[in-house]
Amino acid sequence: MAISIPVEHVLYVAALLFLMGLVGVLVRRNVMFLLMSLEVMMNAAGLAFVAAGAKWGQPDGQIMFMLILALAAAEVAVALGLVLQLSRRFQTLDVDAADELSG
Amino acid sequence: MNADLVLFWVPALVALLSTALVITRKNASRALVYLVISLLAVAVIFFVLGAPFAAALEVVVYAGAIVVLFLFVVMMLNLGRSSVLREGGWLRPNMWVLPGVLAFVLLLVMFHALAGTEAKTSGVEVPPRAVGRELFGPYLLAVELAGFLLLAALVGAYHLARRYLEERREASDEQSGAATGAEHSAPEAGS
Repeated sequence: MAISIPVEHVLYVAALLFLMGLVGVLVRRNVMFLLMSLEVMMNAAGLAFVAAGAKWGQPDGQIMFMLILALAAAEVAVALGLVLQLSRRFQTLDVDAADELSG
Repeated sequence: MNADLVLFWVPALVALLSTALVITRKNASRALVYLVISLLAVAVIFFVLGAPFAAALEVVVYAGAIVVLFLFVVMMLNLGRSSVLREGGWLRPNMWVLPGVLAFVLLLVMFHALAGTEAKTSGVEVPPRAVGRELFGPYLLAVELAGFLLLAALVGAYHLARRYLEERREASDEQSGAATGAEHSAPEAGS
């Protein structure tokens, strides 16, 4: 059985989680923590989708969550390959090291 | 009614607290463990909201596969005490102020926008069977696109990490080759 609570409570939690991830992306300079914060943000978006699906009692919310999951898995695989390249070329995980395009 | 709210807010508070710990840790592997706790708490929220399939996927894919991928990279990069110290240098307290204030303003606006709604969750559990029927019916195109995306990510990740691994292997070959070469050349020099 599932619970019946105001949807806005779930959306509050999703917004808080998303903003924590956003602050993490803005503040951290270690690329590993940037990626973790991105995961937190995607997870918060998935929570909002599942909350919307639970509001209507329809499976669409869960399906959108699964698509976000596929997106997160693809993103993290490519991004971790980039992390390996970053650490090899610059011997650091500082994202500011890779600013060669700034001219 | 109140029991329902408790059932939701307990895992929600766990998720919020552990997420706050994720973004403030200096040690990457500890942050990953807190990330696992946060993801498991969100899985509990999914379960009580009546989305058991999403909860299972959250545990298996997020807390399982993705976090393990992170852990592998942390171990490959061999982050030790020196990286924790450097992280402390990068993470000065005054850096949190401006992003925190900006995010808090956005949060206030968002709360204001959400506050008026009176809608409640339906309390109906959506079983995996319904999700599967919908997924391979109207959403078939999205499934195909997700497959394309995952294939592209597979090729991309392989390409990016392969050069790294090859160069590491060459470097270790050269080292071991130099070591055996020195052993072989030593007696020749003696003779």
